[in-house]
Amino acid sequence: MAAEKKPEIVVSVRDLKTAFGTHVVHDGLDLDVRRGEILGVVGGSGTGKSVLLKAIIGLIKPAAGTIEINGKNRAEMTAEEDRLSRREWGVLFQDGALFSSLTVAQNIQVPLREHFHMSPSLMKDLALSKLTMAGLELEAAAKFPSDLSGGMRKRAALARSLVLDPDLLFLDEPTAGLDPIGAAAFDGLVKELSKSLGLTVFLVTHDLDTLVRVCDRIAVLGDQKILINAPLKEVMAFDHPWVREYFHGPRARAAGAT
Amino acid sequence: MAETLAQNDFMTVERGSPSALVHLRGDWTIDNAVVIDEAMPAIVAACGEGAVVDCSGITGMDTTGAVLIRRYLAHIEEEGAAVLTGVLGAHKTLLEVISCCPPPAQTEPDHTPWYLLPVIQAGGATILALRSTARLLGFLGLVLIRLFGALFDPGRIRLVPVVHQLEVVGLQSMGIVGLISFLIGAVMVNQGAIQLAKFGADIFVIDMLGIGHLRELGILLTAIIIAGRSGSAFTAQIGSMVLHEEVDAMKTLGMEPIDVLVLPRLMALTLSLPLLTFYADVVGIAGGAMMAWIQLDITPANFLIYFREVISIDHYWVGIIKAPFFAAVIATTGCFHGLRVQGSADALGMRTTRSVVQSIFLVIVLDALFAIFFTSVGL
Repeated sequence: MAAEKKPEIVVSVRDLKTAFGTHVVHDGLDLDVRRGEILGVVGGSGTGKSVLLKAIIGLIKPAAGTIEINGKNRAEMTAEEDRLSRREWGVLFQDGALFSSLTVAQNIQVPLREHFHMSPSLMKDLALSKLTMAGLELEAAAKFPSDLSGGMRKRAALARSLVLDPDLLFLDEPTAGLDPIGAAAFDGLVKELSKSLGLTVFLVTHDLDTLVRVCDRIAVLGDQKILINAPLKEVMAFDHPWVREYFHGPRARAAGAT
Repeated sequence: MAETLAQNDFMTVERGSPSALVHLRGDWTIDNAVVIDEAMPAIVAACGEGAVVDCSGITGMDTTGAVLIRRYLAHIEEEGAAVLTGVLGAHKTLLEVISCCPPPAQTEPDHTPWYLLPVIQAGGATILALRSTARLLGFLGLVLIRLFGALFDPGRIRLVPVVHQLEVVGLQSMGIVGLISFLIGAVMVNQGAIQLAKFGADIFVIDMLGIGHLRELGILLTAIIIAGRSGSAFTAQIGSMVLHEEVDAMKTLGMEPIDVLVLPRLMALTLSLPLLTFYADVVGIAGGAMMAWIQLDITPANFLIYFREVISIDHYWVGIIKAPFFAAVIATTGCFHGLRVQGSADALGMRTTRSVVQSIFLVIVLDALFAIFFTSVGL
């Protein structure tokens, strides 16, 4: 995978428009995600952070505009290309979205079963390795998702999204619903994994701590567009009422942003 | 050039001294994982007692590749020593992340032996049925205590929800109850007339319709429709309130969930089921009369005269007296399962199914008991 040269811009969104009926969420939105970076996407409630993520991964069809992942236009792909392209990225949904009828290890093996014909022993080994990578105890392997805590479920889901060795990872509010210690540990895990595996991470969040500690660049959504996409320092200096309030409010000060 | 012991697209094993030399090459990625994994027994056998594994020829590696390298090393080490050399800087972190082999761990739940399964399932189902019956009876008792308590303290009865439920379970189900009763009445006359005509007794189809529909079919069909329509709705509504902790919130605010959620539904259903049954009786007879007119040329006027002559009012009372009891069973079962929802949305679906199945079952059992009772008292 590392042998072939890949474009420096992993995700490129141009002139994106998404709308539900007459309600326009994004209009003329441009966004670039560079290889190897952790991009944090923030924005007030209802600015369409999750909608943007869903449009990029193809769960919502945009009304207009192009979305390219690894230089391939999603709209021009055949069904088979689209299916194969899904191996190039992993998605972590907000509450993990683990299959409730399967154990954690079986959940992690689902993508392997779907795309390869591996020996059971290798699949088991891979599942347990990914489980360890995601910082879970091995006892969790035979448990069902309903028996896990929120933080453990997220880690298990992260292991599942990493099992096909994607180079791009989408995280939807990874720290939502975690206690501060669990959230900080998860932040650390994301940062560490992205470094050691060379992942590009697209991270939708509300959590100022995550933005400050993990993200290389921050994209701010507002007015149906990306207001600014830059490192934290530049974003903080950006002159926009919402951005100023968000990054200079009491919570931002507590997170050490200012 | 050293002697080659084994070779494939991703590695070459050479004889060295003291131990074999394994050169890895190519992309050790998930796309090649199956091939690399399948080659393992042959390569490991060729290595004999230990090997030096040289990674410098690897062009691409991901975590799956790292796991595979670790598996190779682990298998070679079973025979002797394994040494890893020539790891490229870019791959070092990956191999470190996947540094140690995870100890064997269980990845699937425990399996029970097949011959024990039927016994375990039968036992489990029996215990569940007994417990569920006991809990349902307990719940019925609780509801009755609250209900009679409310009779002495009418302020506790919440009129607005009662009226709302009357509309939802009574008024709004008139369409479906009417349609089904009409059709069943018509079908009974249609089929009955064909059979009775063989004896030249086709006029008795009116007796059959009157007795069958008023005593049994009208009330039974209505109760089953309501169990499916309103009983399931009770479970789903209350269950989703339990899941959203609304019921817990009620308790902390000093409201009794049985008063707020169960009694209005119970009262509304107990009031509306007899009314619906009366309506179903009328519509069903009308359907039968229409079919008699079309098929047997009996005009509605003649039908009514004959009907009044042969069908005593007792049949009507036998049917209608059962309605409040069925209503209580349906409402209690529906609310009981709603309040017993625990955990996830999964449980809600399961409880709703069980509520409908159980209330229909109980309605039919109760109907059978009523039939025995009425026969023995000679009605």
